[in-house]
Amino acid sequence: MSNAESVLKPMTVSPAREHTRPLFDQVHDWIVTVDHKKLGLMYTLYGIVFLVIGGLEATAMRIQLAIPNNHFLSPQTFNQLFTMHGTTMVFLVGMPLLFGFANYLVPLMIGARDMAFPRLNAFSYWMSAMGGIILYFSFIGGSGLYGAGGAPDVGWFAYAPLTSPAFSPGHSTDYWIIGLLVSGVGSIGTALNVVTTVLCMRCPGMTLGRMPLFAWLNLVTSSLVLIVISPLTAAQIMLLIDRYLGGHFFDTQAGGSAVIWMHFFWIFGHPEVYVLIIPGFAFASEIIPVFSRKPIFGYAIMVAATLSIGFLSLGVWAHHMFTIGMTSYANAFFTASTMAIGVPTGIKIFNWLGTMWGGKIRLTVPMLFCIAFLFQFLIAGLTGIMLSASPFDWQLGNSYFVVAHFHYVLIGGLVFTIFAALYYWYPKVTGRMWNETLGRWHFWLFLIGFHLTFDFMHVPGVLGMPRRIYTYEAGRGWEVWNMIISVGVIFQIAGILFWVVNFVWAYFKGKPAGNDPWDAWTLEWSTSSPPPDYNFAKEPVVRSRRPLWDLKHPEDPDWKYE
Amino acid sequence: MGRHFRICLVRGCVAILLVGVATVAFAAGSSDPAIPNIFSPASTPADSIYHLSVFVLAICLGIFLVVFGLLVYALVKFRQRASDDGREPAQIYGSNQVELAWTVIPVLIVVVLFLATARVIHAVEDARFPTGTLEVTAVGHQFWWEFQYPQQGFVAANELHVPVSDPKSPTPTHITLLSADTDHSFWVPKLAGKTDLIPNRTNSMWIDPHETGVYLGQCAQYCGTQHAKMLLRVVVQSKDDFDRWVASQRKPVQNLDAVAHGRQVFDATACVNCHSIAGTEAKGKFGPDLTHLMSRETIAGGAALNNRENLRLWIKDPEALKPGSLMPAMQLDDKDLDAVTDYLQSLR
Repeated sequence: MSNAESVLKPMTVSPAREHTRPLFDQVHDWIVTVDHKKLGLMYTLYGIVFLVIGGLEATAMRIQLAIPNNHFLSPQTFNQLFTMHGTTMVFLVGMPLLFGFANYLVPLMIGARDMAFPRLNAFSYWMSAMGGIILYFSFIGGSGLYGAGGAPDVGWFAYAPLTSPAFSPGHSTDYWIIGLLVSGVGSIGTALNVVTTVLCMRCPGMTLGRMPLFAWLNLVTSSLVLIVISPLTAAQIMLLIDRYLGGHFFDTQAGGSAVIWMHFFWIFGHPEVYVLIIPGFAFASEIIPVFSRKPIFGYAIMVAATLSIGFLSLGVWAHHMFTIGMTSYANAFFTASTMAIGVPTGIKIFNWLGTMWGGKIRLTVPMLFCIAFLFQFLIAGLTGIMLSASPFDWQLGNSYFVVAHFHYVLIGGLVFTIFAALYYWYPKVTGRMWNETLGRWHFWLFLIGFHLTFDFMHVPGVLGMPRRIYTYEAGRGWEVWNMIISVGVIFQIAGILFWVVNFVWAYFKGKPAGNDPWDAWTLEWSTSSPPPDYNFAKEPVVRSRRPLWDLKHPEDPDWKYE
Repeated sequence: MGRHFRICLVRGCVAILLVGVATVAFAAGSSDPAIPNIFSPASTPADSIYHLSVFVLAICLGIFLVVFGLLVYALVKFRQRASDDGREPAQIYGSNQVELAWTVIPVLIVVVLFLATARVIHAVEDARFPTGTLEVTAVGHQFWWEFQYPQQGFVAANELHVPVSDPKSPTPTHITLLSADTDHSFWVPKLAGKTDLIPNRTNSMWIDPHETGVYLGQCAQYCGTQHAKMLLRVVVQSKDDFDRWVASQRKPVQNLDAVAHGRQVFDATACVNCHSIAGTEAKGKFGPDLTHLMSRETIAGGAALNNRENLRLWIKDPEALKPGSLMPAMQLDDKDLDAVTDYLQSLR
């Protein structure tokens, strides 16, 4: 125990050292760094920059759709925007942000000094960064630069044969392919790193059964990434062969198959949804217990549920294809497998509720975001059940109902937990505390904006409004709903502004946070804020899932019960 | 207290709002034929889906109320009070009985939902058709619909005419779905769920509308620049009206001397490369068949009403009506433009 006790004592690093060095040296340091914390931060900032860009693209689309027959955007521009918005949010926001958190937190939580492969880590980051730059370079073609192409306009799903040279001449689709191929290499590298780190780098005493759920869930996520990026990469290479080497995999005019592309894409695309949301579960599984003052309810069941979600998610992809004319048996199978995934997901929601039950719930900003997540993820799950009933999907699929559903998952679920995580770990990363009032303004404005936009987005879908249309006629009963949806965006942007101001202000003027501002239980709170380069002066030794609880409550330690 | 009260209040309001929104939407939609509301079905496939969806919605509402109730209760009951003594609550690690309960109950719900769904999948997808079923082949094009009537031997576009089906002696329409270029999807919400039109693949669907009228829909699979204006109209007619329409579609074109110049211009320009007019030199297959153009209510894939002004504009400058459509501007002078418009308006 003496080892673990020593890690609780604050360690001092001298922040002054950083600020007195020349700017060039500091920048150089960040570029050549192999430190998991710096790379984690760079991943996160990269994700946030693209979150803003993707958000602006969405805003432009909502201005266009606010009223019928609007001429704010041309159809070509609108199609490019929804393609770039989807691609950006999935590949350049979701995965980098989540890899950022995994990078920063997994080694700290398992008591390691760094990731298993620090240089692979840096390589992966710069590959991902390069992928984003390649994709966005395509916009330059829009302003007439010869040979640069133009932003892709084939949708983030890039269905064949729209991507074939006949329908997509020029290079815009190539940017989509190459950008994602390159960033996919980075994703695979980081996933490999996370899996290895979790399996091989845990500190003494930390068995798999004692890992924080955060580490478990990131292990599942990264394993999924390893499995599912490959089919996408394979399909993209086949598409390149079609486009440049005379292949006919997806070239329907030469007997190729459009449906094969769909299978390839969605066997990546559906598990990808879980790649994004499982880290959201991971945040909630760390934050809800701390602010309920209780350990996670049913730890082993939570791990089992996550594993079964990961497993089942590999067998549900064709629920994105209920309308392509599959046989009744295939439709029934994918209905069943998709509904089955609702069971472990439901178990998770119940376990979070079980964690709160009988606790002393502290309604801090991170906890508020987690509670909103529970509420919204419940609704997202239920609309998911509706869509899994394939006949219901024949009506709702590719309508605005689906758009509302997956934004409920990815914003109502994922983005809310990401904000919870940003507020929760910000004091650890910067050593400073943000402002509570500004945080609450952010929460309430963003919550109102979210519900205005995405609650009302279900309705036009029910009224027959398909996705991916740049405009619509008046008189279909869609106008009111679209106006409300667009107005909600204003509230969301206002909320985000409060968040930016809060974090920038706190970085310079925030109160010192101390090592453990939340009275939390996992190892990252035992070291200084921000943690030193070496994370822990002495390798920690743990005896339970909550090492800091054991230290704070020697009379009633967890290891007696686990 | 205030803060917690606010949370409950806002959550409650959101829930009420959701229910309110749904109710308003369905009520408003069901009375207005122009709104393609999936909850006011007018044909058997849409009707089966409607009944299934009400069942699924009811179960989901039940689950929502239970879980939402537990969440609100936990927040109200277990929030930290201002008078808190600072001691940690009892540390509970889990309970196998409780876990078992909230595993088994969802499994049972899923089984019930699946069985109800499987029934509807079978009823819609594996339906058998009576003799007298109308066969139509729909071919998706960027960005319009071709409707072939193989039994009757003619081709129409964008507006699908079908006979009304009496439930006592049903006359359904069976639609074979093909694509000439990219993926499309046939979606008329009041009549049936959507089915995709995919190149190199033959799909099919069926409808049996119970009431006459015009049903609106549109392409529901992103198919290129003008996906938004690939609109669909299904005109459901009484048996007699439908027969009259078929007869008129099979009539040959009248050769009117008054529009001879327009016809000459039409035949001499690139129009004929893409459009067909039965009995003339125009045999193109890329664009809609124009033999009975004036029998349609709309032009340009439903993007504009079929009147002289729109027709003339469509020939003069397609980009003005439907930017990104594949119809090129023919660069005709005003005299030829008027002549061609006159000619097209004679195609009844």
